[in-house]
Amino acid sequence: MYPFAFTKASDTREALNAGRDGGRYIAGGTTLVDLMRETVERPETLVDITGLPLSEITVTERGGLRLGALVTMSEAAAHAKVRTLYPVVSEALELSASAQLRNMATIGGNIMQRTRCTYFRDVTADCNKREPGSGCAALHGVNRTHAILGTSDACVATHPSDAAVAFAALEARVHLLSPEGARQIPFAGFLLRPGSTPQHEQAVRRGELIAAVEIPALPRPLRSGYLKVRDRQSYEFALTSAAVALHVRGGVIREARVAAGGVGTVPWKLPAVEQHLVGERPSGTLWSAAAAMAADGARPLQHNRFKVELLKRTVERQLRIVGGTK
Amino acid sequence: MSTELPEPAAPPPTGAGESSPAPTRRTFIATSTALGGAVVAGGVIGGTFLADPEEATAAERPPSSRVSLTVNGTSHTVTVDNRTSLLDLLREHLGLTGSKKGCNAGACGACTVLVDGRRHNACLTLAVRLEGAGVTTIEGLADGDQLHPLQQAFIDQDAFQCGYCTPGQIVSGVGCIQEGHTGSPEEIREWMSGNICRCGCYVKIVRAVEQTADRK
Repeated sequence: MYPFAFTKASDTREALNAGRDGGRYIAGGTTLVDLMRETVERPETLVDITGLPLSEITVTERGGLRLGALVTMSEAAAHAKVRTLYPVVSEALELSASAQLRNMATIGGNIMQRTRCTYFRDVTADCNKREPGSGCAALHGVNRTHAILGTSDACVATHPSDAAVAFAALEARVHLLSPEGARQIPFAGFLLRPGSTPQHEQAVRRGELIAAVEIPALPRPLRSGYLKVRDRQSYEFALTSAAVALHVRGGVIREARVAAGGVGTVPWKLPAVEQHLVGERPSGTLWSAAAAMAADGARPLQHNRFKVELLKRTVERQLRIVGGTK
Repeated sequence: MSTELPEPAAPPPTGAGESSPAPTRRTFIATSTALGGAVVAGGVIGGTFLADPEEATAAERPPSSRVSLTVNGTSHTVTVDNRTSLLDLLREHLGLTGSKKGCNAGACGACTVLVDGRRHNACLTLAVRLEGAGVTTIEGLADGDQLHPLQQAFIDQDAFQCGYCTPGQIVSGVGCIQEGHTGSPEEIREWMSGNICRCGCYVKIVRAVEQTADRK
């Protein structure tokens, strides 16, 4: 690990000033400290932001939920409002990492976490994300766990977060702070596809600080849930996953929110699947017809072709679990 | 009780009534590392070896910070290289070698400690961030000679073979029980999944956690 200066911000203004001067924010630190030890990350200054007042979970005026950036994953997952209003979020969080890591890691850090691509983590390997222009060792390497959607010739790494898949499905908004003021951006625009610049992963500007993730109100009743498919039963990243939320009234699906994880360079929203569901009556035939579109546009690599079929089956199963009927 | 580092860490107790003057492997290692740390770091506790020549200049005075924390009820004020993990602080400088360094990457759970009552991976925790925190390690669970019920349960259930993961398993189990995730063997397995046991003692570890949770 390279040496770094350390400072703890006592209020938001102090944090933002330190961030503007090039300081790197640290909250739970579970990704950052790990990557610093691998020398993938080499910040010169760490700014501890855990003293800032960003640890609240509140119901918004319109009936959505606002998760403060410093709420830990375990706090968010256990929160009564999260569990009752958006089970898909609490399930995605509880299926992530381990109890220890969820006690440390925060909501803001979770959506800022970096890929688990082994070539990214190995400083001796070519990686355009870590070292722009060096090439992508994963493209023709051991790429069984890599992305099949949203990839480019420069990068095929997946985004590892489960919670981000739920946030993408629910069309959350990210609240950001900077010395210039506050702004918010839709989740779909927060995480960036690699294109030719895989080193740019989030639409945050230098020194900007995540204040909260806001989940918009959705019509009730809303049924939702998260399914994660992986190589072992627990404590593992997704090969595929599906976040599903459905509003059914009068026997007809009125609203559908569907996104997939483990398959995209960013959490993969599935608008075609959603559109196929809306206005229809729940049925086994409907679930399989909608899920058949889940992998449209997929570009599998040598070792991850299995993900195409696995993705469709994952989405179909989760539609059935959330929507009922066989 | 309060200690101001640097000072040689006291070797761990060798057990009440034990009077053997010969150093054990454990006391030898603990004493050696404590002395070694003081000599190499020259008053500043370092937790990281520097192999890269590019780091040599910066290494002359690596940025350090002063932090006060409580470990197993004892308060410590230490000046640490900012890179020092809580795990290295415990093992290399406070002589508390119960918490183990397995992967040093948050993937195995052997370093699990309680920070303000919650399970954390000590290897991913920077010591400088623990100002005012209360840390409990495996050494802090027993009440004198009276083992913590989960420590006793691990013996009763024969829940280990090599023992390397055991301190982390037990501390994690204490957290798991406090969190209330012991409703079924399946729930215990899921909520203990952050602790890897390469000997494969999972069935008995689950039984030990179950036994302790049932008696609460």
